[in-house]
Parts: sequence; C-alpha cells; structure tokens
Amino acid sequence: MADEAPFQFLHNEVMQYIYKSAENGETENGRNIAKLENMGFRVGQGLIERLTKDTARFKDELDIMKFICKDFWTCVFKKQIDNLRTNHQGIYVLQDNKFRLLSQLSAGKQYLEHAPKYLAFTCGLVRGALSNLGVKSIVTAEVSVMPACKFQVMIQKI
Amino acid sequence: MSRQSNRTTDSKKMNSELFTLTYGALVTQLCKDYENDEEVNKQLDKMGYNIGVRLIEDFLARSSIGRCQDFRETADVIAKVAFKMYLGITPSVTNWSPAGDEFSLILENNPLVDFVELPDNHSTLIYSNLLCGVLRGALEMVQMAVDVRFAQDTLRGDNVTEIRMKFIKRIEENLPAGDE
Repeated sequence: MADEAPFQFLHNEVMQYIYKSAENGETENGRNIAKLENMGFRVGQGLIERLTKDTARFKDELDIMKFICKDFWTCVFKKQIDNLRTNHQGIYVLQDNKFRLLSQLSAGKQYLEHAPKYLAFTCGLVRGALSNLGVKSIVTAEVSVMPACKFQVMIQKI
Repeated sequence: MSRQSNRTTDSKKMNSELFTLTYGALVTQLCKDYENDEEVNKQLDKMGYNIGVRLIEDFLARSSIGRCQDFRETADVIAKVAFKMYLGITPSVTNWSPAGDEFSLILENNPLVDFVELPDNHSTLIYSNLLCGVLRGALEMVQMAVDVRFAQDTLRGDNVTEIRMKFIKRIEENLPAGDE
C-alpha cells in the first residue's frame, strides 16, 4: 500500500510552490502560511470524514481531542501524540517529540526559522478535522528545538 | 474504553487517502492560481519532476535494484516495483513499439483520482500529470531521457488510464573539463 515517502515529497513541493509563487508578488509570509493552512484544513475535513465512518459518537470535547491524538495522528504520522495537556477551559496543547515532517530536517536549532512552513499544513489538518467534528478552533504551532513541536488548540466557544 | 475496539482503521489505506486528498488540495489551489488548464498541467509536471529527482534516491536505496539492461527491464521495474512501492498498484505494461523504445502503462485504478470528478470547464486538465513529471525526473537521474505523457484518462471519459513512455536517448555522463 501507499508509502509515506510520496506524501512527504508532495508536502515539500506544495510548500515550495506556495512560497515561490509569492516571491514575485506583494504577498508576505502570513499569507503563505494561511494558504498552506487552508489546504490542510480541506484535507483534514476529508480525512476525518473517512476516519470516523465507523466510530461511535464522542462523549465530549476531551474525547474528541483524544481521538485526534491517537487515531488521527497515527493515521497521518504513524505515531501518537506524546503528550496532551489542557487547562479544561478550551485550550489543549499537543506535543509531538519527533514530528514526522521535521525529523528529516534537523535535530537542534539549525533551520529553526524555516520550521513554521513545515507546520502550517498540519495546523490546518487538525483544525479541519476538528471542524468536521463540530469543534471550531484556532490551531497554532511552536517549535523550540526540532524535531519536537507543540500544537496549541484553542477551542472557540460559539 | 470499550469503544476502542471498534476504532480499527486501516492506517495504510488512510495514509494513501492523505496523499490523495493532499494532491487534490494542490490541484485545486493551482486551478485557482492559474487561468488555464495548460498552465496547471505544466506546473504539475514541473512539481512532479522535482519529486522524481529526489524519489529515485529513496527508491534505489530501498529496492536495491541495479542498473537496467534495457528499456523492457526499466518498464518492468517501474510497473512492478516502483508503482507497487509508492502507490500500491501494479500497472500493466503493453503496446510495445516494434523498436522497443516505447510502451504504455495501463493503470487499473489510479489512487490519485480516488475522490475526483472533473468539472466541465476543466476538460483539458490532466489531473494526474504529476506522475509524468515524477517518471521523467526519476529516469533522468539514471541517465535516461524519456518522454512521458497521458494518452488516455478515465477522468476524461476514456475506458482506461494510459501513460505513454517513449525512450529518447541515454544521457552521457559529463566528465568535468580537463578530467581524463
């Protein structure tokens, strides 16, 4: 069955494309991140639809987050989230100690300034997945030492 | 925790869906960014080429396949090993030209198009054109210049998906000037 190499290479190309197309325009960094994030959003929506096809209804928000950390992450990145923390007021921090899209890049602070590019798509993935589970959110990511990174999910109360 | 039991999903299958969906998002973005399908086709081919020149290294390292003796062997490796490894399908190799420099890959079910329907106003879009670029780029790195194009596509109403490959020439290794 399909291998993970194609996805990684494709992700790289998508990123390159978005950044290259912006070079000759007036667009700044934020727009590119937003574009990547939006692509991820759409993919996340599609994936979660397929993934939850046969699962029972979720009990609550925490149950949904657990699903994202275990099943969703395993399906996309072949491992679970290493640490999930929450303040029980709608903020969740998902920590991945060896994030797949960064692990080929560096193990330290080298190229740290490029890390956000590699995370935007995934932020969108998570946001899209949550959105289709009826949870509106803002997802951001931060890296201090690669390849570990933290995704922060802020649930928007409607 | 009783519910965990029914949460069994085929992670490999899901992973190919991740690829399919990501590719779909890319094509959608390209269609937004470019005015005509020709440009999108060209861009997809270019991106595929960039992937191909890198993917070949991954492929050679993992498959431990050496240099191919002729184009027929190349065709076999592409269809039976490479497509199998990366897309999980084995296209059939047919329609050899008498000279043996041209053949077709017939794709039974192209995983790139799993959830795709082409709208009427994109009739000239070659949705999976990335594949052509990948094949061209990868083969160029093993000293083969090859022309790759889609001859038929189920998305555009054909019965099968056919990729036509034509051997152009062997790329000579360029020795640096003054290096005997």
